[in-house]
Amino acid sequence: MYKVVRKKVLNSQVKLLEIEAPYVARKAEPGQFIILRTHADGERVPLTIADFDRVKGTITIIFQEVGATTKQLGQMEVGDKLLDFAGPLGIASHFDGVKKAAVIGGGLGTAIAFPQAKKLHGMGVEVDMIAGFRNQELIILEEEMKTVATNLYITTDDGSNGRKGFVTDMLKQLIEAGNKYDVVIAIGPPIMMKFICALTKPYGIRTIVSLNPVMVDGTGMCGGCRVTVGGETKFACVDGPDFDGHQVDFDELMRRIGMYKTEEKISEEAHACNIGLH
Amino acid sequence: MPNLSPKKVAMPEQAPDVRNRNFREVALGYTAEMAIEEAQRCLNCKHKPCISGCPVNVKIPEFIMLVAAGEFEQAYDKIRETNALPAVCGRVCPQETQCEEKCVRGIKGDPVAIGRLERFVADWYMENITKEVLMSPRNGHKVAIIGSGPAGLTCAGDLAKIGYDVTIFEAFHTTGGVLVYGIPEFRLPKALVQREIDAVKAEGVTIMTNMVIGKVLTIDEIMAEGFEAVFVGSGAGLPAFMKIPGENLNGVYSANEFLTRINLMKAYKFPDCDTPVKVGNTVAVVGGGNVAMDAARSAKRLGAEKVYIIYRRSEAELPARAEEFHHAKEEGIIMKLLNNPTRILGDEKGWVTGIECVEMELGEPDASGRRRPVAKLHSEHVVPVETVIMSIGTSPNPLIRTTTPGLDVQKWGGIIVNEETGETSKHAVYAGGDAVTGAATVILAMGAGKTAAAAIHKQIQEKKAID
Repeated sequence: MYKVVRKKVLNSQVKLLEIEAPYVARKAEPGQFIILRTHADGERVPLTIADFDRVKGTITIIFQEVGATTKQLGQMEVGDKLLDFAGPLGIASHFDGVKKAAVIGGGLGTAIAFPQAKKLHGMGVEVDMIAGFRNQELIILEEEMKTVATNLYITTDDGSNGRKGFVTDMLKQLIEAGNKYDVVIAIGPPIMMKFICALTKPYGIRTIVSLNPVMVDGTGMCGGCRVTVGGETKFACVDGPDFDGHQVDFDELMRRIGMYKTEEKISEEAHACNIGLH
Repeated sequence: MPNLSPKKVAMPEQAPDVRNRNFREVALGYTAEMAIEEAQRCLNCKHKPCISGCPVNVKIPEFIMLVAAGEFEQAYDKIRETNALPAVCGRVCPQETQCEEKCVRGIKGDPVAIGRLERFVADWYMENITKEVLMSPRNGHKVAIIGSGPAGLTCAGDLAKIGYDVTIFEAFHTTGGVLVYGIPEFRLPKALVQREIDAVKAEGVTIMTNMVIGKVLTIDEIMAEGFEAVFVGSGAGLPAFMKIPGENLNGVYSANEFLTRINLMKAYKFPDCDTPVKVGNTVAVVGGGNVAMDAARSAKRLGAEKVYIIYRRSEAELPARAEEFHHAKEEGIIMKLLNNPTRILGDEKGWVTGIECVEMELGEPDASGRRRPVAKLHSEHVVPVETVIMSIGTSPNPLIRTTTPGLDVQKWGGIIVNEETGETSKHAVYAGGDAVTGAATVILAMGAGKTAAAAIHKQIQEKKAID
């Protein structure tokens, strides 16, 4: 069993849990993910590793309460235990030869972009971090990002934090102002990643995206996470989750992510009833 | 005087139009009377040809004689001497090409129903006997097993029985490998698999779940933790696709995914269990193996009205067991043999609407010895379906071979071993089951686990003698 040792509410929808998983913590690297289950009838849910502490033997996950499992996860408190926690899965991110990078997080994607920025910062890379949120209330990890970013730009869709616009607008400004990036790392909703890739392609800037399609096992067994990259089918769980964004078929990805929309709603409603009974 | 009936005692089963709507077991098993009657058909031949047909060498005539005498508990102990999973084997072994194929009674009439008797004995024991298992004294040597499927469980059981401290590392949250994620409840009830695994555990086997070897630990790191030998029984879990247009449409599954959702994650209980599966009204399963039959029959049970098996050769070349094919047909699965898919069609939102096939005819034999299927010109036609399940084979997962320096593998990924011992090219590392052979049967995997256990024991004892 995997004990929750820290819990933090980051905004009205997003929470952080630090979980004891010593074997996973020994090997975890930015870009990798874990699969967890909260109870015996629960689904296997993949979540990207937001942070790890090899000394304490813990893994940090940050999640938005969007479905049955993440809602249950949100109700867990320090001392509670997760039934299953497997990882680290997927291939770790590689940034060899990078001197200057733009790391972009969209909403919850910021939680996954942050460890990448932290790793780059640790390697001595100059990091411009752009994080976008719908409004000021939803901003997460601002203090943490400040510690690893050379320059931090937080945008909001409604301008409530004083910088109105999308992350794509911000990146465009920075590129047009003459910043030369060896790599752009974009993590967030598929539509955001798609537009970032469309922006960077004409400039020929290498762009890495982290994909989170539907999967069951996370070890290459089910093939549910297939994505088309450069015209070839890849499994995000073992070939990714990082891919060259200019090669990814985002339209297919978005379609496949929506495959269980109806069932997700049914499941959430069923759980809402169960929670009411307890 | 043996029972001279040329026919096996029939085993009761659920009626086809009842069972194709539930996930309960199809075959219901013998009663004690039926078992004794069938056991009396055994001639107790001196040369015991049946045993040579069994990859784990179950002492078949001996246990059958005990059944005939009504000594069911002793019959169980007799089977258990060489077979850790009798309730599993009694159900899913292809006896018709193994022990029963060698049975002298099979020359004129049916062979003795060895599989049904094994199943009866295992089930009777589970229902009637609760015995504390006495763990044999520990010998202080540690062995690691990767994967808790049939190969790993057998290897672990055999070594624990003679005193080894055995740890199984399982990637999933549940033990059993293909027995729990692959084979459906209606052929192999999961509660029963769990009972047999519990019996192996009681012999002194520790199982660590959620341990994806190659990721969380490498084989070298396991060895560094004091394990003197490692057995790799990680199976063949990587699904193949046809690489035809439309395979990434919504509604196309690998059989692995479809069955894992249903068997391991219990999607047939959705929303009481959280994992869903999309079945649709019309389903095409591509492939002709046991897994294809399992997927088709599962789809039918989940409410699909029309379920097709699309297979490019004819019934004679079908790799599924005759019994599975027969059961599937009885349950209303539509067999579209000598047909090969060419593409999958979808609507503007990306959901499957149909599968285009060409008709095939059989030409000259190919490398596999089977007649090569050749497409008939202008025979393209579309079968309207909502779901397509690709069941055209699996290969070994690369996670271990890519993280284990010194481990030689075949081009297609299978681990290369010495067949007599299960030894790989890497010192003290053994392998067996589907990880070596590619997708095969439960019992062959168990046989390989057994072979490796004997070789591991020998290696460790020899080393001890030198030290």
